[in-house]
Amino acid sequence: MRKLITLNKAAYCAAAGVAALLSAVAIQAQEISRASIIASTCYTCHGTYGISPGTIPSIGDLSAERMSNMLKEFRSGQRVSTVMGRHASGYTDDEIAEVSQYFSNLQKRGK
Amino acid sequence: MAGISRRDFVKLLGTGGAMSALGLTGCETVPKSKAAPRVVVVGGGFGGATCAKYLRIYDPSINVTLIEQNTSFFTCPGSNWVLAGLRKMEDLSQNYSALSSKHGVNVLHGKVTAIDPAKRTVTLSNGKSVEYDRLVLSPGIDFRWNAIEGYDEAASQVIPHAWKAGPQTVLLHKQLQAMQDGGTVIVCPPPMPFRCPPGPPERVSMIAHYLKKEKPRSKILILDAKEGFSKQDLFMDAWNELYPGMIEWVPGSKGGLVKRVDPKTNTVYTNDGMTSHKGDVINIIPPQRAGEIATASGLTNKEGWCPVNQHTFESLMAPGVYVIGDSSSAGALPKSGHTANNIAKMTAASIAAQFRGVKIPLPSIVNTCYSLVGPEYGISIAAVYRLDEKGELVGIKGAGGVSPRTAGSMQRTLEARFAQGWYSGITADTFS
Repeated sequence: MRKLITLNKAAYCAAAGVAALLSAVAIQAQEISRASIIASTCYTCHGTYGISPGTIPSIGDLSAERMSNMLKEFRSGQRVSTVMGRHASGYTDDEIAEVSQYFSNLQKRGK
Repeated sequence: MAGISRRDFVKLLGTGGAMSALGLTGCETVPKSKAAPRVVVVGGGFGGATCAKYLRIYDPSINVTLIEQNTSFFTCPGSNWVLAGLRKMEDLSQNYSALSSKHGVNVLHGKVTAIDPAKRTVTLSNGKSVEYDRLVLSPGIDFRWNAIEGYDEAASQVIPHAWKAGPQTVLLHKQLQAMQDGGTVIVCPPPMPFRCPPGPPERVSMIAHYLKKEKPRSKILILDAKEGFSKQDLFMDAWNELYPGMIEWVPGSKGGLVKRVDPKTNTVYTNDGMTSHKGDVINIIPPQRAGEIATASGLTNKEGWCPVNQHTFESLMAPGVYVIGDSSSAGALPKSGHTANNIAKMTAASIAAQFRGVKIPLPSIVNTCYSLVGPEYGISIAAVYRLDEKGELVGIKGAGGVSPRTAGSMQRTLEARFAQGWYSGITADTFS
């Protein structure tokens, strides 16, 4: 890599591109917790990290407070849903708080 | 109708050359590092591909090798939509390039012929072996050929199962297209447990949608090995509404159990072989068992599935080997792509936690299964699973269930849209 950087500008740019790719792969290890497990189950429909590629809404940019409130409203039936009421009923207040905070932490670290 | 080989099928899609090239380069990527912990994942479906990706997400220092025979993967989800003309086969094609380029997974295209849990190696059909510290098997299902007399692999080239998406889906689709108006389609679902319990009634719905549009005098006869089926009330309500008089369902005890098949005359025999039903198109979904490598490696129980520790998904038969997806038998979990994707993430967390020396969190597994009954008519079933005091994964009481039977057209339309959104979500989460 050092050799490449001493070469011309085009080669430097190529090297920088490779470095960027490598750093994209070599991201930091992620926490392994109850919240990370629960959040990862959301990703199946809502996309990895809650960023949806399709017609199901993205949830990755919700604040912890908003996500927590929404999940509790789905659970109580106060908020109308197709399937989220059936899902949210499977989680305790603590689990909802933890997973909402987990998503918020993902935003803070840019992921 | 003649069968279509996988080779022909890949040619039809026009991607054979690129795939061969990928296959060759893939063979060069056997991990060499001894320092990093090594995980080998066998099988690149929803279970295996997700597990490989999430092992790298949880800990990029893990050396992950995914071994998969094929360079592309045709998803079973969505394959019924092809029969209705709502999707093309290309739409179901997934590949492994993002796992390799974006997530740093070593993707190796080859066939695993044996595993050695004592030496911690897997052997490939080319004679090479790959070492591992942990092995994850996600080989899907295989069929119990001849469990229905006369239905073997050769017969499936005439009477398709179409329960592994790809050439079999194309064969069934072509047979439906070639059928005359006024014909009879016979669909024969298997006994539990099997891959995707709501799959057969969704298939019937999608065939009915096609027939209503193109061949409205035709009928569908369901000869079922079971006494009931997933989302039954919802499906039957929708069939009465959308396809009145077209579909007849016969449960096992009322003459639905198929004993024998004659591919030469396109006839199935029920009632211990006493009653015959001739079909213009027949779809037999055979009884199933764990994927071949799991069976050959002695990881199965007497029912043919792989018992696992339901916290970690480690095999109860071989330490250091994890069995995920449809092959595993884990409490109340259904065999679905969604569940396989969730089990895979739990297993990735379980393995990464062991390498890191931290406590493995308790599992939380979700299933969400959408079915299209018509293009704008969707229904779903959902559940959240946790470990009970006996270490069994059970559905949480008060959560989950099916779409309300009384729901209006707005919910049915939304769930049809979400069914397609689910497909986008799970395929991106698994392969991108």
